Amino acid sequence: MMTEQRSGAWKLGDPALNPGDEEYFIAARNGSLLVGACRACGELHHYPRCMCPFCWSAEVELKPAAGAGTIYTFSVTRKGPDTPYCIAYVQLDEGPIMMTNIVDTDLDLVRVGQRVRLVCVPTDGDYAIPMFTPAQAE
Amino acid sequence: MAGKDQAYIVGAYEHPLRHAPDHSVARLHAEVAKGAVEDAGLSRDDIDGFFCAGDAPGANPWSLANYLNLRKLRHLDSTDMGGCSYLIHVAHAAQAIAAGRCNVALITLAGRPRSEGISGTQVRVRGSNLPESPYEMPYRPVTLNLYAMCAMRHMHEFGTTSEQLAWIKVAASRHAQHNPHAMLRKPVSVDEVLASPLISDPLRRLDSCVVTDGGGALIVARAEVAAQLHRPRVRIKGYGETTKHQDGGKIDLTYTGQAWSGPRAFEAAGVGPGDIQYASIYDSFTITVLLQLEDLGFCGKGEGGRFVQDGNLIAGVGRLPVNTDGGGLCNNHPSNRGGMTKIIEAVRQLRGEAHPELQVPGCTLALASGIGGAIGHRHGAATLIMEREA
Repeated sequence: MMTEQRSGAWKLGDPALNPGDEEYFIAARNGSLLVGACRACGELHHYPRCMCPFCWSAEVELKPAAGAGTIYTFSVTRKGPDTPYCIAYVQLDEGPIMMTNIVDTDLDLVRVGQRVRLVCVPTDGDYAIPMFTPAQAE
Repeated sequence: MAGKDQAYIVGAYEHPLRHAPDHSVARLHAEVAKGAVEDAGLSRDDIDGFFCAGDAPGANPWSLANYLNLRKLRHLDSTDMGGCSYLIHVAHAAQAIAAGRCNVALITLAGRPRSEGISGTQVRVRGSNLPESPYEMPYRPVTLNLYAMCAMRHMHEFGTTSEQLAWIKVAASRHAQHNPHAMLRKPVSVDEVLASPLISDPLRRLDSCVVTDGGGALIVARAEVAAQLHRPRVRIKGYGETTKHQDGGKIDLTYTGQAWSGPRAFEAAGVGPGDIQYASIYDSFTITVLLQLEDLGFCGKGEGGRFVQDGNLIAGVGRLPVNTDGGGLCNNHPSNRGGMTKIIEAVRQLRGEAHPELQVPGCTLALASGIGGAIGHRHGAATLIMEREA
Protein backbone atom coordinates (compact mmCIF):
# COMPACT_ATOMS: atom_id res chain seq x y z
CA MET A 1 0.00 0.00 0.00
CA MET A 2 1.41 3.37 -0.84
CA THR A 3 1.27 6.53 1.24
CA GLU A 4 0.38 9.36 -1.03
CA GLN A 5 -0.24 13.05 -0.96
CA ARG A 6 -1.66 14.30 -4.25
CA SER A 7 -1.34 18.01 -4.82
CA GLY A 8 -4.87 19.32 -5.05
CA ALA A 9 -6.22 16.63 -2.74
CA TRP A 10 -6.42 18.99 0.21
CA LYS A 11 -7.51 22.56 0.69
CA LEU A 12 -4.65 24.96 0.05
CA GLY A 13 -5.55 28.54 0.85
CA ASP A 14 -3.56 31.67 0.21
CA PRO A 15 -1.00 32.28 2.92
CA ALA A 16 -1.42 35.47 4.95
CA LEU A 17 1.12 37.71 3.26
CA ASN A 18 3.02 40.58 4.78
CA PRO A 19 3.60 43.66 2.61
CA GLY A 20 6.37 42.80 0.14
CA ASP A 21 5.57 39.07 -0.15
CA GLU A 22 3.27 39.34 -3.17
CA GLU A 23 5.85 39.03 -5.97
CA TYR A 24 7.11 35.64 -4.76
CA PHE A 25 3.65 34.11 -4.68
CA ILE A 26 2.52 35.66 -7.96
CA ALA A 27 5.66 34.21 -9.59
CA ALA A 28 4.76 30.82 -8.11
CA ARG A 29 1.34 31.10 -9.75
CA ASN A 30 3.24 31.51 -13.01
CA GLY A 31 5.30 28.38 -12.30
CA SER A 32 8.45 30.09 -11.09
CA LEU A 33 10.37 29.87 -7.80
CA LEU A 34 12.14 33.07 -6.74
CA VAL A 35 15.08 33.32 -4.38
CA GLY A 36 16.61 36.41 -2.81
CA ALA A 37 19.83 37.56 -4.45
CA CYS A 38 22.28 40.14 -3.12
CA ARG A 39 23.98 42.41 -5.62
CA ALA A 40 26.56 43.46 -3.02
CA CYS A 41 27.95 40.11 -1.84
CA GLY A 42 26.49 37.78 -4.45
CA GLU A 43 24.90 35.41 -1.91
CA LEU A 44 21.47 33.89 -2.49
CA HIS A 45 19.00 33.52 0.38
CA HIS A 46 15.61 32.07 1.24
CA TYR A 47 13.02 33.17 2.30
CA PRO A 48 13.25 36.54 0.52
CA ARG A 49 13.60 39.66 2.63
CA CYS A 50 14.30 43.38 2.41
CA MET A 51 18.00 43.05 3.01
CA CYS A 52 20.67 40.45 2.54
CA PRO A 53 20.82 38.26 5.67
CA PHE A 54 24.55 37.77 5.11
CA CYS A 55 25.87 41.32 4.53
CA TRP A 56 22.80 43.46 5.38
CA SER A 57 22.97 45.20 2.03
CA ALA A 58 19.63 46.57 0.84
CA GLU A 59 20.70 45.81 -2.75
CA VAL A 60 18.61 42.65 -2.95
CA GLU A 61 16.45 41.38 -5.78
CA LEU A 62 14.39 38.30 -6.55
CA LYS A 63 15.79 35.88 -9.12
CA PRO A 64 14.19 32.76 -10.55
CA ALA A 65 15.73 29.46 -9.48
CA ALA A 66 15.92 26.60 -11.98
CA GLY A 67 13.54 24.53 -9.85
CA ALA A 68 15.82 21.55 -9.33
CA GLY A 69 17.10 20.39 -5.99
CA THR A 70 17.97 17.63 -3.55
CA ILE A 71 16.11 16.57 -0.41
CA TYR A 72 18.17 17.66 2.62
CA THR A 73 15.73 16.10 5.08
CA PHE A 74 12.04 15.24 5.33
CA SER A 75 9.37 13.69 7.51
CA VAL A 76 6.10 12.00 6.62
CA THR A 77 3.56 13.13 9.20
CA ARG A 78 1.12 10.26 9.72
CA LYS A 79 -1.06 11.35 12.64
CA GLY A 80 -2.99 14.57 13.08
CA PRO A 81 -5.04 16.79 10.79
CA ASP A 82 -4.81 16.27 7.00
CA THR A 83 -2.31 13.41 7.24
CA PRO A 84 -0.36 11.90 5.67
CA TYR A 85 1.83 14.57 4.19
CA CYS A 86 5.55 15.01 3.64
CA ILE A 87 7.31 18.12 4.90
CA ALA A 88 10.89 18.56 3.73
CA TYR A 89 13.83 20.86 3.40
CA VAL A 90 15.06 20.88 -0.20
CA GLN A 91 18.45 22.26 -1.16
CA LEU A 92 18.11 24.11 -4.43
CA ASP A 93 20.89 23.58 -6.95
CA GLU A 94 21.59 27.30 -6.50
CA GLY A 95 22.39 26.70 -2.80
CA PRO A 96 19.66 27.83 -0.42
CA ILE A 97 17.68 25.23 1.53
CA MET A 98 13.92 25.85 1.76
CA MET A 99 11.00 24.32 3.61
CA THR A 100 8.52 22.63 1.29
CA ASN A 101 6.27 19.62 0.75
CA ILE A 102 7.07 16.57 -1.37
CA VAL A 103 3.95 15.69 -3.37
CA ASP A 104 2.58 13.44 -6.11
CA THR A 105 4.62 10.40 -5.16
CA ASP A 106 4.61 7.39 -2.84
CA LEU A 107 5.71 9.06 0.38
CA ASP A 108 7.14 5.76 1.66
CA LEU A 109 9.80 6.01 -1.06
CA VAL A 110 10.99 9.55 -0.26
CA ARG A 111 14.68 9.59 0.71
CA VAL A 112 17.30 12.09 1.88
CA GLY A 113 19.48 12.91 -1.12
CA GLN A 114 16.69 12.28 -3.62
CA ARG A 115 16.61 14.59 -6.66
CA VAL A 116 13.41 16.62 -6.93
CA ARG A 117 11.85 19.18 -9.24
CA LEU A 118 9.57 22.12 -8.66
CA VAL A 119 5.80 21.89 -8.89
CA CYS A 120 3.87 25.05 -8.16
CA VAL A 121 0.56 24.04 -6.61
CA PRO A 122 -2.19 26.64 -7.08
CA THR A 123 -4.05 27.78 -4.02
CA ASP A 124 -7.81 28.14 -4.09
CA GLY A 125 -7.12 31.89 -4.09
CA ASP A 126 -4.76 34.04 -6.12
CA TYR A 127 -1.37 32.41 -5.64
CA ALA A 128 0.53 29.12 -5.80
CA ILE A 129 2.84 27.38 -3.34
CA PRO A 130 6.21 26.01 -4.50
CA MET A 131 6.45 22.29 -3.77
CA PHE A 132 8.59 19.46 -5.10
CA THR A 133 8.18 16.02 -6.60
CA PRO A 134 10.77 13.34 -7.47
CA ALA A 135 12.72 14.32 -10.60
CA GLN A 136 12.17 10.95 -12.27
CA ALA A 137 8.73 9.49 -12.52
CA GLU A 138 8.41 6.72 -9.94
CA MET B 1 30.92 37.32 40.34
CA ALA B 2 31.90 38.65 43.74
CA GLY B 3 30.74 36.79 46.85
CA LYS B 4 27.82 38.84 48.09
CA ASP B 5 26.45 39.34 44.62
CA GLN B 6 26.25 35.64 43.91
CA ALA B 7 22.86 34.10 43.30
CA TYR B 8 21.41 30.90 44.71
CA ILE B 9 18.35 28.83 43.92
CA VAL B 10 16.76 28.71 47.36
CA GLY B 11 13.24 27.56 46.51
CA ALA B 12 11.86 25.03 44.03
CA TYR B 13 8.40 23.53 43.64
CA GLU B 14 6.75 21.33 41.04
CA HIS B 15 2.97 21.18 40.93
CA PRO B 16 1.83 17.62 41.76
CA LEU B 17 -0.97 17.61 39.18
CA ARG B 18 -0.54 16.49 35.57
CA HIS B 19 -4.19 16.98 34.65
CA ALA B 20 -5.91 20.02 36.10
CA PRO B 21 -9.18 20.62 34.26
CA ASP B 22 -10.65 22.49 37.23
CA HIS B 23 -7.69 24.82 37.77
CA SER B 24 -7.28 28.16 36.05
CA VAL B 25 -3.84 28.99 34.68
CA ALA B 26 -3.57 31.82 37.22
CA ARG B 27 -4.37 29.39 40.05
CA LEU B 28 -1.64 27.01 38.87
CA HIS B 29 0.85 29.90 38.81
CA ALA B 30 -0.28 30.94 42.28
CA GLU B 31 0.00 27.44 43.73
CA VAL B 32 3.54 26.94 42.41
CA ALA B 33 4.58 30.43 43.56
CA LYS B 34 3.32 29.66 47.06
CA GLY B 35 5.00 26.26 46.97
CA ALA B 36 8.39 27.71 46.01
CA VAL B 37 8.23 30.52 48.57
CA GLU B 38 7.36 28.02 51.33
CA ASP B 39 10.09 25.65 50.14
CA ALA B 40 12.59 28.48 50.55
CA GLY B 41 11.25 29.51 53.94
CA LEU B 42 10.52 33.02 52.71
CA SER B 43 7.31 35.02 52.52
CA ARG B 44 5.42 36.82 49.78
CA ASP B 45 6.73 40.28 50.67
CA ASP B 46 10.35 39.12 50.39
CA ILE B 47 9.83 38.91 46.61
CA ASP B 48 11.18 41.99 44.84
CA GLY B 49 11.82 40.45 41.42
CA PHE B 50 9.29 38.61 39.25
CA PHE B 51 9.99 36.63 36.10
CA CYS B 52 7.41 35.01 33.84
CA ALA B 53 7.10 34.03 30.15
CA GLY B 54 4.53 33.50 27.44
CA ASP B 55 2.60 30.96 29.50
CA ALA B 56 1.62 33.67 32.01
CA PRO B 57 -1.89 35.00 31.44
CA GLY B 58 -1.39 37.98 29.16
CA ALA B 59 2.25 36.94 28.57
CA ASN B 60 3.42 39.81 30.77
CA PRO B 61 3.99 40.19 34.51
CA TRP B 62 1.25 42.59 35.59
CA SER B 63 -1.78 40.30 35.58
CA LEU B 64 -0.09 37.66 37.74
CA ALA B 65 1.57 40.30 39.94
CA ASN B 66 -1.94 41.59 40.54
CA TYR B 67 -3.40 38.11 41.20
CA LEU B 68 -0.55 37.23 43.58
CA ASN B 69 -0.61 40.75 45.03
CA LEU B 70 3.16 41.11 44.80
CA ARG B 71 3.72 44.53 46.38
CA LYS B 72 7.50 44.96 46.57
CA LEU B 73 8.51 44.43 42.95
CA ARG B 74 11.38 46.48 41.61
CA HIS B 75 12.65 44.15 38.88
CA LEU B 76 10.48 42.52 36.20
CA ASP B 77 11.37 40.31 33.24
CA SER B 78 8.98 38.60 30.84
CA THR B 79 11.57 37.22 28.43
CA ASP B 80 9.89 34.51 26.40
CA MET B 81 12.01 31.90 24.64
CA GLY B 82 9.49 29.10 24.82
CA GLY B 83 10.45 26.09 26.90
CA CYS B 84 13.91 27.38 27.84
CA SER B 85 12.58 30.69 29.18
CA TYR B 86 12.96 29.61 32.82
CA LEU B 87 16.66 28.79 32.50
CA ILE B 88 17.11 32.23 31.00
CA HIS B 89 15.08 33.69 33.88
CA VAL B 90 17.43 32.09 36.40
CA ALA B 91 20.40 33.54 34.51
CA HIS B 92 18.78 36.96 34.26
CA ALA B 93 17.82 36.84 37.93
CA ALA B 94 21.44 36.15 38.80
CA GLN B 95 22.47 39.11 36.66
CA ALA B 96 19.83 41.35 38.28
CA ILE B 97 21.00 40.30 41.74
CA ALA B 98 24.63 40.98 40.79
CA ALA B 99 23.58 44.42 39.49
CA GLY B 100 21.76 45.20 42.73
CA ARG B 101 18.34 45.27 41.07
CA CYS B 102 16.65 42.74 43.37
CA ASN B 103 17.30 40.34 46.23
CA VAL B 104 14.64 37.66 45.90
CA ALA B 105 13.31 36.68 42.48
CA LEU B 106 10.24 34.54 41.84
CA ILE B 107 10.02 32.61 38.54
CA THR B 108 6.78 30.83 37.64
CA LEU B 109 5.56 28.54 34.86
CA ALA B 110 2.11 27.00 34.53
CA GLY B 111 -0.37 25.91 31.91
CA ARG B 112 -3.04 23.38 31.03
CA PRO B 113 -2.47 22.11 27.47
CA ARG B 114 -3.74 18.65 28.43
CA SER B 115 -7.11 20.02 29.49
CA GLU B 116 -7.18 22.32 26.48
CA GLY B 117 -6.40 19.50 24.03
CA ILE B 118 -3.24 20.98 22.54
CA SER B 119 -0.98 18.40 20.86
CA GLY B 120 2.24 18.27 18.90
CA THR B 121 0.60 17.45 15.59
CA GLN B 122 -1.46 20.64 15.42
CA VAL B 123 -0.41 23.65 13.41
CA ARG B 124 0.04 26.42 15.96
CA VAL B 125 -0.24 29.98 14.76
CA ARG B 126 2.25 31.88 16.89
CA GLY B 127 1.27 35.43 16.06
CA SER B 128 0.73 37.82 13.20
CA ASN B 129 3.42 39.69 11.26
CA LEU B 130 5.85 36.76 11.40
CA PRO B 131 8.03 37.22 8.31
CA GLU B 132 8.54 33.50 7.71
CA SER B 133 4.90 32.46 7.98
CA PRO B 134 3.91 32.71 4.29
CA TYR B 135 7.00 30.66 3.37
CA GLU B 136 6.37 27.94 5.96
CA MET B 137 2.75 27.65 7.08
CA PRO B 138 1.46 26.27 3.73
CA TYR B 139 3.70 23.21 4.29
CA ARG B 140 2.09 22.46 7.69
CA PRO B 141 5.09 22.43 10.00
CA VAL B 142 4.06 21.10 13.41
CA THR B 143 6.12 20.41 16.49
CA LEU B 144 6.50 16.71 15.65
CA ASN B 145 7.66 17.03 12.07
CA LEU B 146 10.05 19.90 12.81
CA TYR B 147 11.91 17.70 15.30
CA ALA B 148 11.51 14.63 13.11
CA MET B 149 13.34 16.32 10.23
CA CYS B 150 16.34 16.82 12.54
CA ALA B 151 16.26 13.15 13.51
CA MET B 152 16.03 12.10 9.87
CA ARG B 153 19.08 14.17 8.92
CA HIS B 154 21.07 12.93 11.91
CA MET B 155 20.30 9.33 10.93
CA HIS B 156 21.40 10.08 7.37
CA GLU B 157 24.68 11.74 8.29
CA PHE B 158 25.74 9.66 11.28
CA GLY B 159 23.89 6.37 11.06
CA THR B 160 21.89 7.03 14.22
CA THR B 161 19.13 4.46 14.67
CA SER B 162 15.60 4.38 16.08
CA GLU B 163 16.83 1.81 18.60
CA GLN B 164 19.37 4.28 19.93
CA LEU B 165 16.73 7.01 20.22
CA ALA B 166 14.51 4.53 22.04
CA TRP B 167 17.13 4.10 24.77
CA ILE B 168 16.51 7.73 25.79
CA LYS B 169 12.86 6.91 26.44
CA VAL B 170 13.79 3.69 28.20
CA ALA B 171 16.03 5.63 30.61
CA ALA B 172 13.29 8.19 31.30
CA SER B 173 10.76 5.44 31.99
CA ARG B 174 13.10 3.58 34.32
CA HIS B 175 13.41 6.81 36.32
CA ALA B 176 9.72 7.69 36.19
CA GLN B 177 8.68 4.42 37.85
CA HIS B 178 10.00 5.92 41.11
CA ASN B 179 8.11 9.23 40.73
CA PRO B 180 4.59 8.96 42.17
CA HIS B 181 3.54 12.13 40.30
CA ALA B 182 4.87 11.06 36.88
CA MET B 183 2.29 10.85 34.15
CA LEU B 184 3.81 7.65 32.69
CA ARG B 185 5.23 5.38 35.40
CA LYS B 186 5.51 2.07 33.57
CA PRO B 187 9.03 1.11 32.46
CA VAL B 188 9.19 0.45 28.72
CA SER B 189 11.66 -1.53 26.63
CA VAL B 190 13.38 -0.56 23.40
CA ASP B 191 11.04 -2.94 21.58
CA GLU B 192 7.99 -1.28 23.10
CA VAL B 193 9.20 2.12 21.95
CA LEU B 194 9.77 0.76 18.44
CA ALA B 195 6.30 -0.83 18.44
CA SER B 196 4.58 2.47 19.20
CA PRO B 197 2.95 4.17 16.21
CA LEU B 198 4.93 6.40 13.88
CA ILE B 199 3.69 9.96 14.30
CA SER B 200 6.11 11.68 11.96
CA ASP B 201 8.96 9.61 10.51
CA PRO B 202 11.22 8.67 12.20
CA LEU B 203 9.64 9.79 15.50
CA ARG B 204 7.11 7.54 17.22
CA ARG B 205 4.60 8.20 19.93
CA LEU B 206 7.05 7.06 22.62
CA ASP B 207 9.78 9.33 21.23
CA SER B 208 7.54 12.23 22.27
CA CYS B 209 7.08 14.00 25.59
CA VAL B 210 3.87 13.93 27.56
CA VAL B 211 1.34 16.76 27.32
CA THR B 212 0.57 17.84 30.87
CA ASP B 213 -1.15 20.51 32.90
CA GLY B 214 0.65 21.91 35.90
CA GLY B 215 3.76 23.99 36.41
CA GLY B 216 6.63 24.87 38.64
CA ALA B 217 8.35 27.77 40.33
CA LEU B 218 11.77 28.80 41.59
CA ILE B 219 13.13 31.35 44.01
CA VAL B 220 16.54 32.85 43.21
CA ALA B 221 18.10 34.89 46.01
CA ARG B 222 21.18 36.90 46.86
CA ALA B 223 23.93 35.27 48.97
CA GLU B 224 22.98 37.10 52.19
CA VAL B 225 19.40 35.88 51.87
CA ALA B 226 20.47 32.33 51.03
CA ALA B 227 22.79 32.26 54.07
CA GLN B 228 19.84 32.89 56.42
CA LEU B 229 17.72 30.03 55.07
CA HIS B 230 17.77 26.47 56.33
CA ARG B 231 18.12 24.86 52.90
CA PRO B 232 21.08 23.38 51.02
CA ARG B 233 22.80 26.13 49.04
CA VAL B 234 22.59 25.72 45.25
CA ARG B 235 24.74 28.34 43.58
CA ILE B 236 24.31 29.45 39.98
CA LYS B 237 27.79 28.87 38.65
CA GLY B 238 27.52 29.49 34.92
CA TYR B 239 25.00 30.05 32.17
CA GLY B 240 24.64 30.66 28.47
CA GLU B 241 21.79 31.59 26.16
CA THR B 242 21.35 31.97 22.43
CA THR B 243 19.09 31.42 19.44
CA LYS B 244 19.70 29.32 16.35
CA HIS B 245 17.76 29.63 13.10
CA GLN B 246 17.87 29.04 9.37
CA ASP B 247 20.81 31.31 8.53
CA GLY B 248 19.30 32.71 5.35
CA GLY B 249 18.91 29.22 3.90
CA LYS B 250 22.29 27.74 4.93
CA ILE B 251 20.41 25.30 7.11
CA ASP B 252 22.22 22.70 9.24
CA LEU B 253 19.90 20.62 11.40
CA THR B 254 22.61 18.41 12.89
CA TYR B 255 23.16 20.64 15.91
CA THR B 256 21.26 22.91 18.31
CA GLY B 257 21.98 26.26 19.91
CA GLN B 258 23.49 24.33 22.83
CA ALA B 259 26.63 24.18 20.70
CA TRP B 260 26.97 27.90 21.52
CA SER B 261 25.22 28.33 24.88
CA GLY B 262 26.83 25.23 26.42
CA PRO B 263 30.47 26.29 25.99
CA ARG B 264 29.61 29.76 27.35
CA ALA B 265 28.11 28.20 30.47
CA PHE B 266 31.07 25.85 30.96
CA GLU B 267 33.55 28.68 30.49
CA ALA B 268 31.75 30.88 33.01
CA ALA B 269 31.58 28.01 35.50
CA GLY B 270 35.19 27.00 34.96
CA VAL B 271 34.27 23.34 34.55
CA GLY B 272 33.89 20.90 31.67
CA PRO B 273 31.35 18.28 30.62
CA GLY B 274 33.38 15.57 32.32
CA ASP B 275 32.87 17.29 35.70
CA ILE B 276 29.06 17.18 35.54
CA GLN B 277 27.60 14.55 37.88
CA TYR B 278 23.94 14.93 36.92
CA ALA B 279 22.31 16.48 33.83
CA SER B 280 18.75 17.56 33.16
CA ILE B 281 18.61 17.56 29.37
CA TYR B 282 15.56 19.12 27.70
CA ASP B 283 13.55 16.23 26.33
CA SER B 284 10.63 17.34 24.22
CA PHE B 285 11.59 14.37 22.03
CA THR B 286 14.27 11.71 22.17
CA ILE B 287 16.20 13.42 19.37
CA THR B 288 16.26 16.66 21.41
CA VAL B 289 18.31 14.89 24.08
CA LEU B 290 20.67 13.19 21.65
CA LEU B 291 21.56 16.39 19.79
CA GLN B 292 22.15 18.37 22.98
CA LEU B 293 24.36 15.68 24.55
CA GLU B 294 26.62 16.07 21.53
CA ASP B 295 26.42 19.86 21.46
CA LEU B 296 27.17 20.17 25.18
CA GLY B 297 30.29 18.05 24.71
CA PHE B 298 29.24 14.93 26.62
CA CYS B 299 30.22 13.08 23.44
CA GLY B 300 31.41 14.00 19.97
CA LYS B 301 29.17 15.16 17.11
CA GLY B 302 27.57 12.11 15.56
CA GLU B 303 28.37 9.89 18.56
CA GLY B 304 25.13 10.58 20.44
CA GLY B 305 23.47 7.36 19.35
CA ARG B 306 26.25 5.23 20.77
CA PHE B 307 26.43 7.41 23.90
CA VAL B 308 22.78 6.95 24.88
CA GLN B 309 22.43 3.24 24.15
CA ASP B 310 22.64 0.38 26.64
CA GLY B 311 21.32 2.44 29.54
CA ASN B 312 24.09 5.03 29.70
CA LEU B 313 21.61 7.70 30.87
CA ILE B 314 20.12 5.56 33.67
CA ALA B 315 21.08 6.56 37.22
CA GLY B 316 23.17 3.87 38.87
CA VAL B 317 23.69 2.12 35.54
CA GLY B 318 25.26 4.48 33.04
CA ARG B 319 27.93 7.13 32.96
CA LEU B 320 25.65 10.19 32.89
CA PRO B 321 22.40 10.13 34.88
CA VAL B 322 19.87 12.22 32.93
CA ASN B 323 16.37 13.38 33.91
CA THR B 324 15.92 11.31 37.05
CA ASP B 325 12.39 12.67 37.57
CA GLY B 326 11.34 10.90 34.36
CA GLY B 327 11.79 14.06 32.32
CA GLY B 328 9.35 15.46 29.82
CA LEU B 329 9.25 12.05 28.15
CA CYS B 330 7.54 10.41 31.14
CA ASN B 331 7.03 12.75 34.08
CA ASN B 332 5.93 16.26 33.21
CA HIS B 333 6.09 18.83 30.41
CA PRO B 334 3.73 21.49 31.77
CA SER B 335 2.39 24.08 29.36
CA ASN B 336 4.40 22.34 26.61
CA ARG B 337 7.47 23.94 28.19
CA GLY B 338 10.00 21.66 29.84
CA GLY B 339 12.63 24.07 31.13
CA MET B 340 11.25 24.62 34.62
CA THR B 341 11.08 20.95 35.54
CA LYS B 342 14.63 20.50 34.24
CA ILE B 343 15.91 23.01 36.79
CA ILE B 344 13.77 21.63 39.61
CA GLU B 345 15.12 18.08 39.26
CA ALA B 346 18.70 19.39 39.11
CA VAL B 347 18.02 21.27 42.36
CA ARG B 348 16.63 18.08 43.93
CA GLN B 349 19.78 16.19 42.96
CA LEU B 350 22.06 18.91 44.32
CA ARG B 351 20.10 19.07 47.58
CA GLY B 352 20.17 15.29 47.93
CA GLU B 353 16.37 15.24 47.65
CA ALA B 354 15.98 13.10 44.52
CA HIS B 355 14.38 9.68 44.89
CA PRO B 356 16.78 7.49 46.93
CA GLU B 357 16.97 4.91 44.12
CA LEU B 358 18.11 7.61 41.71
CA GLN B 359 20.01 10.08 43.87
CA VAL B 360 23.53 10.66 42.52
CA PRO B 361 25.81 10.09 45.54
CA GLY B 362 27.57 13.30 46.61
CA CYS B 363 26.10 15.31 43.77
CA THR B 364 27.71 18.76 43.84
CA LEU B 365 27.75 19.80 40.18
CA ALA B 366 24.75 19.61 37.87
CA LEU B 367 23.71 20.97 34.50
CA ALA B 368 20.29 21.85 33.12
CA SER B 369 19.63 22.51 29.45
CA GLY B 370 16.64 24.02 27.72
CA ILE B 371 15.33 24.40 24.20
CA GLY B 372 12.45 26.68 23.22
CA GLY B 373 10.64 26.71 19.90
CA ALA B 374 11.54 24.00 17.41
CA ILE B 375 15.05 22.93 16.44
CA GLY B 376 13.77 22.29 12.90
CA HIS B 377 13.46 26.01 12.13
CA ARG B 378 14.04 28.44 15.01
CA HIS B 379 14.77 27.93 18.66
CA GLY B 380 16.22 29.36 21.80
CA ALA B 381 18.77 27.43 23.82
CA ALA B 382 19.97 27.94 27.35
CA THR B 383 22.36 26.14 29.68
CA LEU B 384 22.68 26.42 33.47
CA ILE B 385 25.42 24.98 35.62
CA MET B 386 24.67 24.77 39.33
CA GLU B 387 26.83 23.84 42.30
CA ARG B 388 25.98 22.59 45.77
CA GLU B 389 27.89 24.47 48.44
CA ALA B 390 28.65 22.83 51.75
